[in-house]
Amino acid sequence: MNHLKLPYWIMALVTGVYLFLHLPIIALIAFSFNDSKFSTEWTGFTLHWYERLLERQDILDGLKSSIIVGLSATVISTVLGTLMALALARHVFRGRRLVEAFLYVPIVTPEIVVGISLLILFVAMGVPLGLHSVVIAHVAFNVSFVVVVVLARLQGMDRNLEEAAMILGADELTTFWRITVPQLWPGIISGAMLAFTMSFDDYVITSFVTGTGSSTLPVVVYTMVRKNIEPSINAISTVVLVATTVLVIVAERLGRDKPLVADKD
Amino acid sequence: MPESAASSSPASPQAGADAPVVEFRRVSKTFGAFRAVRDISFTIRKGEFFSLLGPSGCGKTTTLRLLAGFEEPDTDGGEVRLLGEVVNKKRPYERKIAMVFQNYALFPHLTVERNISFGLEMRGTLKVEIPGRVRKAMEMVRLDPGQFARRLPAQLSGGQRQRVALARALVLEPSLLLLDEPLGAIDLKLRKEMQLELKQLNKELGTTFVYVTHDQEEALTMSDRIAVMDNARIAQLGTPAEIYECPRTAFVAKFIGESNFFDGTARERLPDGRFRVQATAGGGSYVVPAGPRVAEGQPVRIAVRPEWLDVFPPDQVPPEENAIAGRIRDVIYLGETLHVLVDLPGEQRVTVALRNEGQLTRPVRWQRGDAAAVAWLPEDCQVLEDE
Amino acid sequence: MSDPQAPVKLRQRILNWFHHHPQAKAWSLVLPGGLWLLVFFLAPVLVMFSYSLKERGIYGGVEDGFTVEHYLRFMDRLYLKILWRTVVDATVCTAICLLLGYPTAYVITRGGRLKGLLLFLVILPFWTSFLVRTFAMIFLMRDTGFINTLLLKLGLVTEPIVMLYTPFAVMTGLVYGFLPFMVLPIYSSLEKLDHSLLEAAEVLGARSTRRFLRVTLPLSMPGVVAGCLLVFIPALGSFLTSDLLGGAKEILVGNVVQAQFTSARNWPFGSAASFVLMALVLGAVMIYLRVRDGAEQPAER
Repeated sequence: MNHLKLPYWIMALVTGVYLFLHLPIIALIAFSFNDSKFSTEWTGFTLHWYERLLERQDILDGLKSSIIVGLSATVISTVLGTLMALALARHVFRGRRLVEAFLYVPIVTPEIVVGISLLILFVAMGVPLGLHSVVIAHVAFNVSFVVVVVLARLQGMDRNLEEAAMILGADELTTFWRITVPQLWPGIISGAMLAFTMSFDDYVITSFVTGTGSSTLPVVVYTMVRKNIEPSINAISTVVLVATTVLVIVAERLGRDKPLVADKD
Repeated sequence: MPESAASSSPASPQAGADAPVVEFRRVSKTFGAFRAVRDISFTIRKGEFFSLLGPSGCGKTTTLRLLAGFEEPDTDGGEVRLLGEVVNKKRPYERKIAMVFQNYALFPHLTVERNISFGLEMRGTLKVEIPGRVRKAMEMVRLDPGQFARRLPAQLSGGQRQRVALARALVLEPSLLLLDEPLGAIDLKLRKEMQLELKQLNKELGTTFVYVTHDQEEALTMSDRIAVMDNARIAQLGTPAEIYECPRTAFVAKFIGESNFFDGTARERLPDGRFRVQATAGGGSYVVPAGPRVAEGQPVRIAVRPEWLDVFPPDQVPPEENAIAGRIRDVIYLGETLHVLVDLPGEQRVTVALRNEGQLTRPVRWQRGDAAAVAWLPEDCQVLEDE
Repeated sequence: MSDPQAPVKLRQRILNWFHHHPQAKAWSLVLPGGLWLLVFFLAPVLVMFSYSLKERGIYGGVEDGFTVEHYLRFMDRLYLKILWRTVVDATVCTAICLLLGYPTAYVITRGGRLKGLLLFLVILPFWTSFLVRTFAMIFLMRDTGFINTLLLKLGLVTEPIVMLYTPFAVMTGLVYGFLPFMVLPIYSSLEKLDHSLLEAAEVLGARSTRRFLRVTLPLSMPGVVAGCLLVFIPALGSFLTSDLLGGAKEILVGNVVQAQFTSARNWPFGSAASFVLMALVLGAVMIYLRVRDGAEQPAER
């Protein structure tokens, strides 16, 4: 174990960093089971706050909206992003540099600007707001991230595999489905995963482009946080945390890096 | 540049059963400003083991890719013909040929048997036939189907992957098999073994092999004919013996084996038709055979293989041999042979290869600094063309 | 062609057409996503820009006209101060993240068997809802929160320490939110670092501190620079953190933007504020590209 060679002050600092990153969340989860309504003093174990969640229609609706929005935005942005990544990885075309540069703009643009500018557009065009406008906004924000992730995978891919398939008699489309896609799968999964979490977690953009009466879960949670109410927030936070963690682990298993080229000894 | 291309057999225009398996007619391929292949022509006969040999960047891989259909010749860049049919515009999957790639290009997500059956599925082979043919192909490359069929490529050694790649190609029973440096990544001993196996497969199956390599020894071992490529053109095309023993240019003489070069000017035509050549350096002279490239008053460059040279004390050179006097530089012990390095006038150094007849029993007694003459029979030299 | 021409299938004709028209092939892949971005990203930003040059409408929205007054408003002392505070906060946050993140990344690369776990523990917060994590900060720092309850209980303080709605809370929240963005790029550049170089330096007699300063640090600079950008940019644009943890006291440009579209209903000024924010981000990106290319130049060209 060579990390023991490091100076003690570094080990102490880094231990502190890990505590800083995780203690707040751990405390948050622990107190979602606390019996006391107002204080942060431990008074006993309860599942009461979780039961309360199930009684709140706004939370259930929010969860449903979040899942609908998350899935739709993920599917659309993954398909669009993968296609763009294919073009960038495999083709030299006029305007390529422009497309590349343009793709990075949404990544560095503050979410609040994305949300507000879309709100302005929707209002100016008379487009009614609702879950569909949230999906549109999330896709606009996510596509670039998907492209970056899938592109990284594509660039590590052995192009000989596709040529081998073609000389064996597969045309371009067959080669794409039977060779390229299976090879690309981990990249596509990671890209989709990133898109889903960003969409599922997003409050800032959603808060501007969502209509009244169609809030996603983060919007509901935000309202609860603002009103500073009872340990139900701890409970809903815990649910969200556990859900995302499970999702990350599942996706990691699904998308685990299979070797790209067979001949790495 | 009409004379730049080399072609050893006459072009046959008719399509059909007698047509050569492969024919290149003045094919050129340019990538941007880079001319990868310039105006090359050759034909490959049925069942031949044909090698494209040359250093990296010489155009051999582009030639193979033109044949496979991964690249198209330039517009007005000549014709590529397969079995007499022009295939310039045909896609790789329409060509019904097979190929083994340098890094094998096995599909990592498919098992060995699915890798091998891929081509059969794509070409619409009957489902019931597939397992039997896969098994046969695996046996052909000496892979035990029971042991390997269900493995993934990542679970195989380099040599086994190589065999799977070969089986994946051979299972299609192609009339033409392309091989792109398939032995480059495996170790020397296995490589020697595979060379012989490939040659045997070629003869047994009657399949035409086109083999790309930069390894001259490999090409000499396996090929029926070799096209030596240099700088986007074919420098020489011929059998291994023709290439080795009659290199046409200094490039071929240097790239295939070792050579010593002597420059001079043809001075006079001897009664028997041969020429006496005045050496450029040192003032000596020697005799070269008659040939189309030798004329009185013209410069002559010859190549002599180290094993065709001999060293003598200056006063003991046999009268029928050409000789140039010099001094011994060094004697290098190589086991099978001894290399005697001799300094000649004009700062030239030549290598003479002597068979090792046992240094303990019959030692070679040359010492550094000894006066000596290198000698060769006039017919043991090759008059080179300008490049 | 001497052999009879077989009827070419439609599928093959389409594939052949695309093969001979690579430009069309590439663009048909780019176009769906490209159009989406054009219509739902670029167009809105352009409309927003035009709004920032119009007169303010009474009940939100805009009136026709042309004016640059909304940009000029940023010359006010009030807004200059907010701008300044935004840049300072983002810079300080980046610096703190660097000081905490570099040693963390370094320890992960030397983590031996624990490496996977240590890395996972840094990645996990990255996937975790930002809102939930911000709430965790509130839960910890409010007067009746976890820390104060603990301190009171232990008798270390008699009055709760005021943490929430202070600049301290905002800075803690920013660092908490963006620290993983600093650790990951530094980690990946340290990971790529050739260990034989370090060994060579060791053999040549470089002491560990010196070895770090002369070899490790310069070689991990690309990761450091990328990490700084990844922290600095979202920190510039953040408004949720200052909104929830700073109360009304710690207003950043992001909060100005948000306020114009909610309570203040001054869309043109909000649009102008957005563009000022974009200009800051653009500046940061330009500096990043400068530094990155400057570092690459001698090595690559």
